[in-house]
Amino acid sequence: MAEATTAAVKKEAGEIAPVESTRGGIYYTPRVDIYETADELVLQCDVPGVRPEDINLRFEKGELSLYGKVQSRQQPAEYQQDEYGIGDFYRAFSVGTEVNAEKIAAEYAMGVLTIHLPKAERARPRRIAVKAG
Amino acid sequence: MTLLTRWEPFRSLGREMARMQEEIDRLFDHWGVTAEAGPALAVSYPPVNIWEDDDFVYAEAELPGLKLEDLKINATGEDQLTIKGERKSAAPEKVEWHRQERGFGKFERGLVLPAGIDPAKVEARLENGVLTVKMAKSAAAKPRKITVKAV
Repeated sequence: MAEATTAAVKKEAGEIAPVESTRGGIYYTPRVDIYETADELVLQCDVPGVRPEDINLRFEKGELSLYGKVQSRQQPAEYQQDEYGIGDFYRAFSVGTEVNAEKIAAEYAMGVLTIHLPKAERARPRRIAVKAG
Repeated sequence: MTLLTRWEPFRSLGREMARMQEEIDRLFDHWGVTAEAGPALAVSYPPVNIWEDDDFVYAEAELPGLKLEDLKINATGEDQLTIKGERKSAAPEKVEWHRQERGFGKFERGLVLPAGIDPAKVEARLENGVLTVKMAKSAAAKPRKITVKAV
């Protein structure tokens, strides 16, 4: 009951808590390209250092989530030059287009994950012939 | 757009500000260079981590989407390393873009190493988009172990 009240107060204040992962900890946000063709939505995602078997990809209630576990690699106590951090990747998208969830496919090569989301039959564009009157 | 692999929103703020400043500086450097060198060149890519132990210097960079054959890795001089290459887009030409966050194009990065190396003893590995260059230190750069004899 107390929790529900808190939630309501927060909503009134315009503070919407971000969706949190159950695992906690620090994640990096991978860079993503998304494009659409007549038949599908394609996501291409940079996840360097992640092995294909360590990718957890889910599609649920219109939300596509990606979690990539990065294998720990040789990390020294001290860097001479330190320009980027190493850690797991996480990102989620709400997919607006109606997709055929059964046929979502993904492939991984050289640190890049490509996800294909085929459009549902009714979401595909149709060319409508216009008759001269 | 830069070619960076990721955002790092969780790093401490001060550090993040310093990085942003660096990024901006690089961007301006980049524009300074672009007029002559062409539009695709990104000077700050890839970010590199460098460390060393007694015998080796290591350089690591994240280069997703690239093969070792696509890269030119050169050890020039005693303590310099250059990484050169081009990242090409795999997207078909006529598509409707929703987001374009990943960068593509030619890059070149020159690095000064913390110690002299032997250019004949450089090993490069590219695994799952992570490049690791392992360079043996030159004899002169290795720490010498001095044995103390009891008299």
